[in-house]
Amino acid sequence: MIEVIDVSKRYYVGGDEIVAVDGVTLHIKKGEFVSILGHSGSGKTTLLSLMGGLTRPDRGTVLIDGTDIWALSDDDLSEFRNRKLNFIYQFSSLISTLTVIENVLLPTYFGNETQDSQVELAMELLEQMGIKDKVNSYPAHLSGGQQRRAAIARAFINNPDIILADEPTGDLDEETEAEVMELFKRMNKERGITFVMVTHSSELARQTERVFRMSKGKLIEE
Amino acid sequence: MIKHLKILEFALSSLLRRKLKNLAIVSVFTTVTMVIASILFLTHSFKKEALLILQGSPELIVQRIQAGRHALIPLSYVDAIKGLPGVGDVRPRYWGYYYDPLTGANFTVIAYPEGIRKTEIIEGSLPGANEHGYCLIGSGVADARFLQIGDELFLQDIKGRVLSLKVRGIFKKSSQILTNDLVIISRPDFDRLFGFPEGHATDLTVQVYNPTEIQNIAGKVKKLLPDTRPITRSEILRTYDSLFNWRGGMLLALFASSVLAFVILAWDKATGLSAEERQEIGILKAIGWETSDVLTLKFWEGASISLISFLTGIILAYIHVFYFSAVLFEPALKGWSVLFPDFRLRPYVDLYQCFVLFMVTVVPYTASTIIPSWKAAITDPDSVMRG
Repeated sequence: MIEVIDVSKRYYVGGDEIVAVDGVTLHIKKGEFVSILGHSGSGKTTLLSLMGGLTRPDRGTVLIDGTDIWALSDDDLSEFRNRKLNFIYQFSSLISTLTVIENVLLPTYFGNETQDSQVELAMELLEQMGIKDKVNSYPAHLSGGQQRRAAIARAFINNPDIILADEPTGDLDEETEAEVMELFKRMNKERGITFVMVTHSSELARQTERVFRMSKGKLIEE
Repeated sequence: MIKHLKILEFALSSLLRRKLKNLAIVSVFTTVTMVIASILFLTHSFKKEALLILQGSPELIVQRIQAGRHALIPLSYVDAIKGLPGVGDVRPRYWGYYYDPLTGANFTVIAYPEGIRKTEIIEGSLPGANEHGYCLIGSGVADARFLQIGDELFLQDIKGRVLSLKVRGIFKKSSQILTNDLVIISRPDFDRLFGFPEGHATDLTVQVYNPTEIQNIAGKVKKLLPDTRPITRSEILRTYDSLFNWRGGMLLALFASSVLAFVILAWDKATGLSAEERQEIGILKAIGWETSDVLTLKFWEGASISLISFLTGIILAYIHVFYFSAVLFEPALKGWSVLFPDFRLRPYVDLYQCFVLFMVTVVPYTASTIIPSWKAAITDPDSVMRG
């Protein structure tokens, strides 16, 4: 369960104060698939980062399965992220010097699983993403859409409880977008993974169980 | 421990993946280390070699000074010095420099020292005490004049007449540092070559019974014979020391550009990370790497590059100095003699100097890798990735 309680975040750009997230409170049940809809600059990506422990809030609390993540030490928070959740970013989040398979396996680098079983799972995920033939390619040799698909495969490799996806289908064509959404829904149903997806597409948002709209840092449930 | 090894493995494979960039860094780092280490090794070896040579030299030499220049010393000074308490044997030495117009080189000509004996370093035989018309020559002289044992060495005496000397012996190459430009001839030939005046010597060697009294005896000689200049062995050593330090410093100045390149490299690393490196740290943190893991990774990356470069540089410097006689810059350190001794230095390495070199190269480079990474690793991953 994700509980966001009265969370705020401000940025200062060139001396001007920008309120990215303004006193947001949100409760997401375990296994839910929710989307946050909003225009560029509405604060939806910042809210996702606050929920995932990537950006420290100025005010408020974020509880994940009862753990106040911002009360954890930096190292404990990293360990918590590795164990509980994973991200899909709107930009290319692959390490350029690693091949596709190495990028996908990165979250399991310190894990106890056997190398073979991890590679098997990674190959399976890459096959579902339609880029199995690119396992040994470097990110620079992939299209934007293929990089996004590799990043999605990486998000599932360590069986997270929560996936925080920021415009996950941004670079994808309609067909692949549909396939990715199907994969998300299947993972949500079969494995009970909680999905929080940020998007500006109403059509994608409608496919989720609950839709929130973000505007000028405020959150409203539709 | 396993986690640490995995990070080390990740660091090494990460370095290999950025081959070209890291190869460039290693090349610059290795070159700088090799140049500095070569200068340090060479200077230290020269000083050590000079110390060993001087151990066999007289404790005190007395020269005569006229108009501020070295002049011939009257033999009457021998008895005057012998009369000083604490002084043992006092012997005259006869030597001078002969400019050879054929080769453009200066030979060091010595009259047979008393008590010279056949040693391993001479090929051939020694002339008898009263023989003349013969000579022993250094291998540099032999090479320059294309001479072998039994050939004639022709010199021109002070009156322009030819002095013909049969080569009886040649000093072996192994003694080149001492004997390369040497020509040893009999006293009569020496007197004729230079028109050496009767009753004089080039300088005097003085034996002092108590080594702690050398400075004291030198003072007494100066007081007794004010036109002399007593030179102690320690003074010569100090001169060598400052000479080689000066030359070493001069070489370092010459190679300052490569040192500067290294400083710029380290500064560039210390002042910030590229967008790609920042993003990598952000991703690693986001997927669950701890700050300490990122720092360990960056430590191993920096330490691997700097250690590999440092060790390679030290090994190359060792080979360069002790196997190839510091071929890259020996003229600057050894001197400008035409008869350049082609000797191989004995390997003396000052571990303290190596340690200092380690501290001024490996440590700052590794630190310059870690510090900006640490700054990025303690920042929120989202901010790091967004730049």
